[in-house]
Amino acid sequence: MTQPLTGRRPSRLSAWMDMVQGGTGLLLVLFMWAHMLMVSSILLGKDAMYWVARMFEGEPLLGKPYPILVSGVVLFILAAIVVHAVLALRRFPASSHQYQTLHHHIRSLRHGDTTLWYLQVITGFALFFLASVHLYQMLLHPGDIGPYASSDRVWSGRFWPLYLLLLFAVELHGGIGVYRLVVKWGWFLGKDPRRGRRRLQRIKWLITAFLLALGLLTLAAYMKIGMEHEARVGERYVPAHLQPVAEPQGNP
Amino acid sequence: MRAAPMTNAPANDNRIAASNVNGGRTLTLRIFRYNPLQPEQEPHLQSFTLEEADTMTLFIALNEIRENMDPTLQFDFVCRAGICGSCAMLINGRPGLACRTLTRDLPREITLAPLPGFELIGDLSVNTGKWMRGMSEQLQTWIHRTGGAPDLCRLEERMEPEVAENIYELERCIECGCCISACGTAQMRPDFVGAVGINQLARFRIDPRDDRTDTQFFEVLGDDTGVFGCMTLLGCEDFCPKDLPLAQQIAYMRRKMVLAAT
Ligand code: HEM
Ligand code: SF4
Ligand code: SF4
Ligand code: FES
Repeated sequence: MTQPLTGRRPSRLSAWMDMVQGGTGLLLVLFMWAHMLMVSSILLGKDAMYWVARMFEGEPLLGKPYPILVSGVVLFILAAIVVHAVLALRRFPASSHQYQTLHHHIRSLRHGDTTLWYLQVITGFALFFLASVHLYQMLLHPGDIGPYASSDRVWSGRFWPLYLLLLFAVELHGGIGVYRLVVKWGWFLGKDPRRGRRRLQRIKWLITAFLLALGLLTLAAYMKIGMEHEARVGERYVPAHLQPVAEPQGNP
Repeated sequence: MRAAPMTNAPANDNRIAASNVNGGRTLTLRIFRYNPLQPEQEPHLQSFTLEEADTMTLFIALNEIRENMDPTLQFDFVCRAGICGSCAMLINGRPGLACRTLTRDLPREITLAPLPGFELIGDLSVNTGKWMRGMSEQLQTWIHRTGGAPDLCRLEERMEPEVAENIYELERCIECGCCISACGTAQMRPDFVGAVGINQLARFRIDPRDDRTDTQFFEVLGDDTGVFGCMTLLGCEDFCPKDLPLAQQIAYMRRKMVLAAT
């Protein structure tokens, strides 16, 4: 801020980048919430999860499952993440000097929302790597989604450490993200913006805690199934209604 | 270190601070010292100890130090009532007005430093005025009229009381600079106009006497030095000593500027 600027015409790029970053962020958060609910269907049983997986492959509509549909969704989400990440990059500190200033600032200010923002930057950075591995896997093996196939990947395929980190990174990043998005554009603040903001903060932590608990339970469920299924890796789940009627138990 | 015997200070004591009632604590003030005119002296923290008085503010403490211990200590005060905005500094790392900060709300050891993000005049004194003037010229924070100068012989046009009150609410900004020192964005990117600038333009945006269109506001506020540089860290809102609704005003200008861009 040195000299007065006269008659300058800023491009509309900043405004568009801000909107698209928020838009892709919101889209991704909504997707991640829906995704968590779908994945957690395993807690209702193998058949529930089997049904959800086939539904996304279009079976109820098309008569037979088309895993390529899953690849399509993955591609779309991947594109959204790329756009979002490219735009978010401009918010990262850009030099060692900026990092120093920021670290000093965060430490001395001891301010909740500033610290949360930095947590968002860090988890966002982690998502670059964590999300790519997961998305690549889903893009190329869209057919391997099911009660046994997924559990085998989680346990025998050693994906659970990745999923554990991914869970925390996504829920923290997305939770802070929507909260900041809502405040940034001034939505849902009500008559008294200060009280409104505290309320939004509480809601945000409740959602995050709920999703983290649900995610941990879900991951545990896949790990348990995967452990029990370890000896028969690769075998696919046959839903209850297609299973051969069980042999009558050998009553003496 | 001995525990602070807070019980010595009667809770409802309404004697005035000037009577120097002993608050019971001995305070240690660690004050940033550096004079740009004497660059051979490295920046350092200098400690002063003094007895805490009842309802002592940092303003009183600093004056006591300057009068009795070190007349070269530099710091700014004018109104000592939270109106002029000249006494803002980092108090234990966080921005605030020294004249409105009671020592009894602080621990026994108090570290004072100049506001970061502004040109240092010396010790605790910074040139917020120069920064604010630059911001004001860049954003053109004054009334713009298309019809030329108003006719001073005619009655001013009427304004709804509600509008007048809203303008008055935003006018309360004292340009103390706390929001700039509390903003991670402004600290990283010195060309960012900060909450103080965005709030001041919001004030003119709602003023019916200002004839500027949103496209014209967009010209000065519509990029990353303006409202789209703000990353919603909300330090500004939480540290503004005048409790201005800054987050709300930034959101308001952001929405207006997005509409102007599309
Ligand atoms: C490679 C992956 C990602 C990276 C590098 C990344 C990075 C970032 C960064 C640095 C910010 C802060 C930007 C700012 O302060 O203006 C941000 C905001 C945000 N992110 Fe991400 N993110 C990623 C993936 C995701 C995912 C998967 C979600 C959904 C759960 C998400 C949701 C959001 C939201 C809602 C915001 C707030 C948008 C805003 O403030 O305008 N991000 N992201
Ligand atoms: S907006 Fe608040 S913190 Fe910022 S300069 Fe004005 S009074 Fe100070
Ligand atoms: S909301 Fe944050 S980034 Fe925006 S002006 Fe305030 S402190 Fe700075
Ligand atoms: S001396 Fe004026 S605001 Fe503190």
